[in-house]
Amino acid sequence: MGLTAEDWGAIRLTLELASLSTILLLLIGTPIAWWLARSRSWWRRPVAAVVALPLVLPPTVIGFYLLVTMGPNGPLGQLTQALGLGLLPFTFPGLVIGSVIYSMPFVIQPVQNAFQAIGDRPLEVAATLRASPLDTFFTVVLPLARPGYLTAAVLGFAHTVGEFGVVLMLGGNIANRTRVVSIQIYNHVEALEYTQAHWLAGILVVFAFLVLLTLYSLGNRGQVWR
Amino acid sequence: MKPIIKLSLAFALIAAAVGARADEVQVAVAANFTAPMKEIAEAFAKATNHKVVAAFGSTGKFYSQIQNGAPFEVLLAADAETPAKLEKEGSAVAGSRFTYAIGKLVLWSAKPDFVDQKGKVLKQGKFEHLSIANPKLAPYGAAGVEAMKKLEVFGALEPKLVQADNIAQAFQFVQSGNAELGFIALSQVYKEGKVADGSAWIVPAKLYSPILQDAVILAKGKDKPAAIALLDFLKGEKARAIITSYGYGL
Repeated sequence: MGLTAEDWGAIRLTLELASLSTILLLLIGTPIAWWLARSRSWWRRPVAAVVALPLVLPPTVIGFYLLVTMGPNGPLGQLTQALGLGLLPFTFPGLVIGSVIYSMPFVIQPVQNAFQAIGDRPLEVAATLRASPLDTFFTVVLPLARPGYLTAAVLGFAHTVGEFGVVLMLGGNIANRTRVVSIQIYNHVEALEYTQAHWLAGILVVFAFLVLLTLYSLGNRGQVWR
Repeated sequence: MKPIIKLSLAFALIAAAVGARADEVQVAVAANFTAPMKEIAEAFAKATNHKVVAAFGSTGKFYSQIQNGAPFEVLLAADAETPAKLEKEGSAVAGSRFTYAIGKLVLWSAKPDFVDQKGKVLKQGKFEHLSIANPKLAPYGAAGVEAMKKLEVFGALEPKLVQADNIAQAFQFVQSGNAELGFIALSQVYKEGKVADGSAWIVPAKLYSPILQDAVILAKGKDKPAAIALLDFLKGEKARAIITSYGYGL
């Protein structure tokens, strides 16, 4: 196959980044989605809007703000330096943070929709059977929300694989650390290495098609996202 | 008004608009030349009434864009090879090439006293990130790599390199403090005869091959008065004064 060691490195890195970001997003996203689905607070609206922001904002905006806040003069940068962690731009953890923000709505919204679709009834029944709220969540809510979680995981993963602008602004193009597939393709195209660009780009097209095919096979009972 | 008159009026307006646009010249400008180009464009507009519409980026990117039909009429490259290659391939007007500036490489940090006058900081290596423009695409990036190799520090520093898409981003990485230092173009930090802020080491010319920056009229700018006027203007007194004020050689 026409892939170099650097290309394989980029593929591995991309898969690591997408997996880690998706797992983190499912963990962080669940309580947020639950609150958004169940709360009657007025704050639900602004929080939902913030969650959806990455859908609308160009990745350059996210990349720019992250670079500034994670830089040595930014609040996050000062925090990580005070904790002895150094600075996050140009590092893999920095990219993970960027991806979590960038892919957030793609994970939270399907989970939130799934929670809302459950409604009050199963929760009330569980409560009359003396299930604790936590018990109810794990034995009733999670199984019922399974399709939502699948959609969320697939979308979060795929969207992170497709990330480009944020990484371009934040990554520094370092082999095996921040040079993901989309950046590697960009490098190949810029250097007029069209053959290698074709290989990687072709792989991504097939990957994206398979992901969407899976998604539509899963979600033919309802809409995939709002 | 009769419809036919309305229509011809509309056409006349469009023709007038197109006519006014003919005085524009689309220029692809190497990122390191951004600041001087803005000043030159202003002086050029005053002197000739032609308007410069500039795009700033890496020379390598412009090369592939021009090959693929980008609408640029003039290229101000960061090297001599790209214009020569374009001329050979027939994408540039033969005989229009000339060196408009000689670039100088500088090792720069936003922090005062971080970079010493002899560049020892490279050997000590007490930093996390050294920013550089992608050496495959940007001549200043290639010059930086060449200088590090001559100083025999490239092997040690390679893991610390962060590659920017072009020299403007390389500068931005350093200026925002995310990289402690970086190889950039002197023109990016040079104002009124000195390095404006931070600390810098102007890399001695013997450590890298001269960065001859050539300009050329592209096939799309052939016989366009505004394109020819811009190249003439670049050769003139006024433009040369601006170019040297940013630390370029000539």
